Amino acid sequence: MTPFDYARAGDVADALRMGAIEGTAFLGGGTNLVDLMRETVARPARLIDVSGLSDRIEETPDGGLRIGAGVRNTALAEHAAVRSRYPVLARAILAGASAQIRNMATVGGNLLQRTRCTYFYDTDGSRCNKRVVGSGCDARGGFNRIHAVLGASDACVATHPSDMCVALAALDAVVQVEGPAGARAIAFDAFHRLPGDRPDLDTILAPGELIVAVELPANPLAAHSTYRKVRDRASYAFALISVAAALSIEEGRIADVRIAFGGVAHKPWRAVKAEAALKGQVPDDALFRAAAAAEFADAQPLRDNGFKPLLAQRTLAAVLGELTTGAAA
Amino acid sequence: MSIIDSAKQTAQGLVMGALQKLVPLAPDSWIPGGVPDPLIARKHGLIGTPVSRLDGPLKVSGGAAFSAEYRFENMAYAALAYATIARGRVTAIDSAAAEAAPGVVLVMTHRNAPRMKTPAMFGTSGSAVGPDTVPILQDDKVHWNGQPIACVLAETQEQADHAASLLRFTYAELPAVTALAAAKAKGVEQGLFMGQPLRNEIGDAEAALAAAPHKVDRRYTTPRHNHNPIEPHAATLAWIDGVLVIHDASQMVAQQAQTMAEVFGLKADKVRLTSPYVGGGFGSKGLWEHQVIAAAAAKLAGRPVRIALSREGVYRVVGGRTLTEQRVAIGAAADGRFTALIHTGLSVMTPHNAMPEPFILGTRSAYAVPNIALNVDVARMQTLANTFMRAPGEAVGTFALESAIDELAGELNIDPVELRIRNEPDKDPTSGLPFSSRHIVTAWRQGAERFGWRDRPETATRREGEWRIGMGCATGTYPYYRMPGAKARLTLTRDGDAVRASVEVAAAEMGMGTGTTTAIVAAERLGLPLDRVEVGYGDSAIPGAIMAGGSQQTAAIGAAVIAAHNALTAKLLKLAGNDSPLAGLSAKEVGSDSGGLASLDDPAQRESYASILKRAGRDSIEVTEAGSPPLEFMHWSMHSHSALFCEVGVNDVTGEVRVRRFLGSFDCGRILNPRTAASQFRGGIVMGLGMALMEETQFDERSGRIMNPSLAEYHVPVHLDVPEIDVIWTDIPDPHTPMGAHGIGEIGITGVAAAVANAVHNATGRRIRDLPITLDKLL
Amino acid sequence: MSLIINGVAVAPPADPRVSLLDHLRETLHLTGTKKGCNQGACGACTVLADGERILSCLALAVQYDGRSITTIEGVGQAGALHPLQQAFIDHDGFQCGYCTPGQICSALGMMMEAKRGLPSNVTSDLTAAVTLDRAEVQERMSGNLCRCGAHNGIIDAIRLSVEAAA
Repeated sequence: MTPFDYARAGDVADALRMGAIEGTAFLGGGTNLVDLMRETVARPARLIDVSGLSDRIEETPDGGLRIGAGVRNTALAEHAAVRSRYPVLARAILAGASAQIRNMATVGGNLLQRTRCTYFYDTDGSRCNKRVVGSGCDARGGFNRIHAVLGASDACVATHPSDMCVALAALDAVVQVEGPAGARAIAFDAFHRLPGDRPDLDTILAPGELIVAVELPANPLAAHSTYRKVRDRASYAFALISVAAALSIEEGRIADVRIAFGGVAHKPWRAVKAEAALKGQVPDDALFRAAAAAEFADAQPLRDNGFKPLLAQRTLAAVLGELTTGAAA
Repeated sequence: MSIIDSAKQTAQGLVMGALQKLVPLAPDSWIPGGVPDPLIARKHGLIGTPVSRLDGPLKVSGGAAFSAEYRFENMAYAALAYATIARGRVTAIDSAAAEAAPGVVLVMTHRNAPRMKTPAMFGTSGSAVGPDTVPILQDDKVHWNGQPIACVLAETQEQADHAASLLRFTYAELPAVTALAAAKAKGVEQGLFMGQPLRNEIGDAEAALAAAPHKVDRRYTTPRHNHNPIEPHAATLAWIDGVLVIHDASQMVAQQAQTMAEVFGLKADKVRLTSPYVGGGFGSKGLWEHQVIAAAAAKLAGRPVRIALSREGVYRVVGGRTLTEQRVAIGAAADGRFTALIHTGLSVMTPHNAMPEPFILGTRSAYAVPNIALNVDVARMQTLANTFMRAPGEAVGTFALESAIDELAGELNIDPVELRIRNEPDKDPTSGLPFSSRHIVTAWRQGAERFGWRDRPETATRREGEWRIGMGCATGTYPYYRMPGAKARLTLTRDGDAVRASVEVAAAEMGMGTGTTTAIVAAERLGLPLDRVEVGYGDSAIPGAIMAGGSQQTAAIGAAVIAAHNALTAKLLKLAGNDSPLAGLSAKEVGSDSGGLASLDDPAQRESYASILKRAGRDSIEVTEAGSPPLEFMHWSMHSHSALFCEVGVNDVTGEVRVRRFLGSFDCGRILNPRTAASQFRGGIVMGLGMALMEETQFDERSGRIMNPSLAEYHVPVHLDVPEIDVIWTDIPDPHTPMGAHGIGEIGITGVAAAVANAVHNATGRRIRDLPITLDKLL
Repeated sequence: MSLIINGVAVAPPADPRVSLLDHLRETLHLTGTKKGCNQGACGACTVLADGERILSCLALAVQYDGRSITTIEGVGQAGALHPLQQAFIDHDGFQCGYCTPGQICSALGMMMEAKRGLPSNVTSDLTAAVTLDRAEVQERMSGNLCRCGAHNGIIDAIRLSVEAAA
């Protein structure tokens, strides 16, 4: 680990002031950043500990929830309103990592998790455009079982590893940010980037900007939602693919639907094409598969991940089938 | 029956019981005509009674000190830098930034490392345990991607790690063979194991196969694996008054100390290596470069050193199991009897080691077949030296063989259990030797009954919701070994009117339960309660050399303790002299019983150990003896066996496989401690489940670099992957081994991957011949 | 400020790079907490921070200034074992013993989580009370790897302790 200075922020203003200096990183639960620092992938000169800020979950006036960036993953999954009104979020969190890590990890930090691409981690021995822009990508011709099939670029085929973020993408969450230039609200789908030629940038956060909260809008749809994760062992593994979905049925037709995929792209993948294909239709398995097929029509599989479009298609169909059965009952 | 008759019988029983309880001196030989170890006849003693492991309280409270938990005054911390090319030379080293970094004590490379001999490679002599033939920091050559090329010592681990990250190396690369196809194109050689060709030919297997009315001929592949003990490899060491003291994590303390002594040109007694606790090994806890580098750095810096490999470091420095490509072809008559068995293929090793994965070993004695062709070819790739990993050979060989048997059973429409039983040999089909003890049919019958094998569904017919359910079975096998060189030191110390015994063996305890089992056996042999026996192990200062490898440690210790007990008895009789009730009896005429020696003919003629010592004015008595040469192999084919049953669910949507039930029915001689034995069996099975479903070391064929050197990316089973595992055993003693026991550390993993693959086939109709069985292969 | 380790106040490290794990092991010589991967992937370093299980390898010690940490040494010692420690011995819930302190600390944290009703990934009804059946305990303990394969014994030991405590 490269030497660094450590300070705790007393409040957001404090954090922004200290965070304005170049080379500073904000520290949440440390579950990803400390690991990256130990691997020398991240080498901040200063850590500003913001894990003690904004750890509240509050009702918003419009009936949604405002989740402080310092809320621990466990606390969010445990919250009664999340369990009853946003089950997809509780399930996504509980599907991620291990209990110990969920006890440490913060909501803000979870949004800023970095990819599990092994070439990204291999600072000494591999080329990675996400680590060093322009150095090349060893993943494209190497082990890429966990890599992207949608939205990738020549420069980068990495995936975003978060489970929680897949649920947030499906829930139309809003990321509340404060920074040197003031506060702004970022729609969740716009928060994470596709890699393009700058895969080093995972999000659109400007230097010095700090996530202070995530807001969930009120949506009755969300109460009828779930998350399914498919992985190489029964627990404690990153997703090969995952599906977050919410669905409502009126008069035998899909009235509204939200779908996001994890493990398929550089960002949590909001499946707008699939949603469009489903809305207003009579639900059945063939429709579900067609909707998923539409979403993955442009998929570009790599050497090891050619199974992902089919797996995603089948998993989505199963999840929608389950939600439809539940909705009908 | 009259009351009198009944009383007579009871009295006779008591007398017989008393006689049986006496443990006469065990025969120190295992040749035909030799008498079985008398402990085998003792049915109601400590042996076979479940005993909790004696080191349990220390382990559950964090009080057991592992190698990286010893401390020396003024100790420095080591960090390694690893090569990033597969082959070539280091032409320049920029160490200025590292040397200037805070806390740095030493930067050691091949330029300033002390001159050392290359550790003699494993197998080149009785004590040689070096990993390969590569000189350690003695020249500029790079032999694999990941080879240690520099070591930094600093005041703290954080400082050492940081400084190591500042080192910059320039290389002159040479062409390297890092792709399997390229390695094969360069040609293959005959594989040798322990100096012997991995090749058997009996009859004409190809011709018999061609003529067989029923046959399968398939190709199976297995990837590289890593042991991944949860304790990373580490050593804490110091040069103290010319003695190199090493606290290590070792499966072979004496051999490692000896090899280290040779590396540094020291007399054997100038290296002291202790390793009382080993946090898992599975074949990996031996001598690798890190201990040599740390000792060299300690010498150069004049400071004690702790070297604790990072998890990535373990993957760069400590070899794993190599890959295999296997062909299994079986020809059979309509009644299922095998007419031809071909098991051949390829394994990979390096230019600098000699360890093909000997996947045909288990096949040699498996089935009665008149025509057999077995062969392992080997190709060489520029990688870290591969090594032994739990059941080297059998673990992956049984996957191929036992999958093929299942395929043939389907072809013949014969139940796979019955097909195996139908081909049970009456003698070893390749060596021609009689089996010392083989009760696999019993294991099959008992296992099938308990598992409910008769309920196995027709292929791809049983469903529960999204899950397709199937059952599979397979045979596991592992040989009985006993290596020469074991010694035991027995000490009896007077403690009032009783004695305490100490048994010391240069063995290793990695969690197998060796310490506990050794105490049980010694207590039983000496006729002492368990709490009067203390066991010492894991220290090179103890005489003899015992390896926790090849599942042979228990037998090796057992034979050494027998020899020491014999010597102790003779010495005690001499000490007892003419004033003893035992006067006039020879060592062969007495046995140990209830804290003393007694006449075998008249148990009432006896004297306690304490009394003998007291009369002789002695506080203690000590003997050290070597076990007899392992001659049993010359006369018998000696193996353990298992019949494995597995039930899986395969998700019809995602292809995910979950093991729902597992049963292992074992035939491994007499079980000494059922509690720890059950754990050994289960542990092997769990590792087998990992091999079946998820484990693979990702080796990038472009760079020769391992790309998942991490427990996050190399998947081992987690709690939710492990079903309740039922284990049973025949408990039939092998009359030709100490205690009638077989080693059981490795048998557990064998056959498991095949049992899973066969169950997956039964569930889905899909045959997966390439491990691991990941979900993408089943979509 | 200071860290409270098993009830004793200790100074945080001067070097902020030092993890809670290394502070315990190398500075305080509390080596019962184990280092298995140092990357948050094995659970061997699990300790309790204010009663919640965390990975001490991913925790910078300075970040836990003011927090109360319980390590295996604070759970129970040979001669005065915690009932869960004794259960691990009785059910042979370990072989090499290296992952064991982490398993035990993790299980203690897990029991508290279940008691307050935290669901898991295998809980079918997110709003119902938690019943620690076998699958629930297995899922909740899956962050603690064991390579010796003592999984059955570990789960048995925990489940029987849960029942005994109920």
